Amino acid sequence: MIDYTFTSGEELLRLCREQQIPISEAAVLAELAREEMDRKGIMGEMRTNLEVMRESIRVGLEEQQVSITGLMGEDADKLMAFTEEAVMGREMTRIVASAMAVTEVNASMGRIVAAPTAGASGILPAVLIQYGDAHDLGEDQLIAGLCNAGAIGMIIARNASIAGASGGCQAETGSAAAMAASALTELRGGTPEMCLHAAAIALKNVMGLVCDPVAGLVECPCIKRNAIGAANAVLCSDMVMAGIESIIPFDEVVIAMRNVGRMMHPDLRETARGGIAATPTAQRIAEKIRNFE
Amino acid sequence: MSISLFDIIGPRMIGPSSSHTAGAVRIGQVANRLVNGKVKAARVTLYGSFAETGRGHGTDTAIVAGILGVNPDQGTIRYAKLLAKEADVDIPVFFSNEEPEHPNTARVYVQGEDGQEYTYIGTSIGGGRIRVTDINGMAVSFSGEYPTLICFYQDAPGMISKVSSILALEKINVAFMKVFRSERRQGACMVIETDTPVDEATRQRIVNNVDGIKEACTL
Repeated sequence: MIDYTFTSGEELLRLCREQQIPISEAAVLAELAREEMDRKGIMGEMRTNLEVMRESIRVGLEEQQVSITGLMGEDADKLMAFTEEAVMGREMTRIVASAMAVTEVNASMGRIVAAPTAGASGILPAVLIQYGDAHDLGEDQLIAGLCNAGAIGMIIARNASIAGASGGCQAETGSAAAMAASALTELRGGTPEMCLHAAAIALKNVMGLVCDPVAGLVECPCIKRNAIGAANAVLCSDMVMAGIESIIPFDEVVIAMRNVGRMMHPDLRETARGGIAATPTAQRIAEKIRNFE
Repeated sequence: MSISLFDIIGPRMIGPSSSHTAGAVRIGQVANRLVNGKVKAARVTLYGSFAETGRGHGTDTAIVAGILGVNPDQGTIRYAKLLAKEADVDIPVFFSNEEPEHPNTARVYVQGEDGQEYTYIGTSIGGGRIRVTDINGMAVSFSGEYPTLICFYQDAPGMISKVSSILALEKINVAFMKVFRSERRQGACMVIETDTPVDEATRQRIVNNVDGIKEACTL
């Protein structure tokens, strides 16, 4: 009997090679091996996730969002309105604005899909759904994209961390960007090896990024970090599709990220005591929110 | 335990934080399940990052929602304190500056309508997943993701097989099982995570028929 579980990028690639399958299918086989859901159940669950993701983009762009603190405004809408003038071009602007829109919905106690966490929930839906819409991809392809992203996230969660409190922002928006970069690469016809190169580069690009939320809330700088996370994912997929490879293999990058997370001072891991959270302006905002309550 | 695809792509939840909001709801739900949904009173203390940033994340509201049985993806989370008032259940939340072992920690005391009392420590470990690390003073470790049977008993040979044979008779498959004890031949605790729930009749059969079992609860 074939063992469909994988705990590293190497094992995932071996499985893909031996079975002649893409990463998305390997993720489904690994989930089937847990014997909790059949294929229909897995696909149905992923389809529901995709629908909630799509809705969170729509709500973020069309409806007015008011965060718990009122710290954030309608930044996603502002960027969207700037689409025609943006140097980054139409497609990238839509992706980045969507990533911000979902994070704004999240900050307003709206419904989102954690991917892999709520704080980084804008990146994956923005990249997949906006790319899908621009290139007429079907729902099944987008679901495959989500499965591919899930496989990457599973390996990172197992060997490093996806929690800002343990690994900083690199573990949240870094992981989400790696997942989205890999998923996008598969949707564009990239091989499993190319997917891992894209994921590795995305993680390397934000190695050491600290989690420093102002007043401890998932608002500032999280919303804009989701924007750069989505851009990071697209950039890395583009690089890989252009033939660029990651010098350092994915698995080694993941372990490096874990080690950096462990070296990170607790003030830089979601406690709102370091980084931009420690700036005078951030302190003033925090004080205002405390008094408000 | 292996990670599921849906631990990464999911859960569908109400923001803003998987660890501080969705995880907090799940920690609260443990209390609700321990007393079969019949919560008479509860008390919550938040530690670490939960205490420091809990107000802005709605952690206090989320954990109260969980205690009342609300799910992490339900829009009613933000009205939890109102729901508690309506149900006439008193759930005060305290913020402690004591430094916990894990950054996102909550201690929950719950009393059921039938008088049973539990105190447990729950930690939010990221992505909305949790671990219960202590129950009624006994160090344990379980996720709450499966139906769970917890037996408190006097440490003695043969206890595990007696309990598991009753489960086998009921065709309840054991997914994970761990045994914890304070000292040899002293108080011990068995945590059994199963594929299907352990019903009330089976729980009572275990309490009544296995000598040395002091208490058994399910969630």
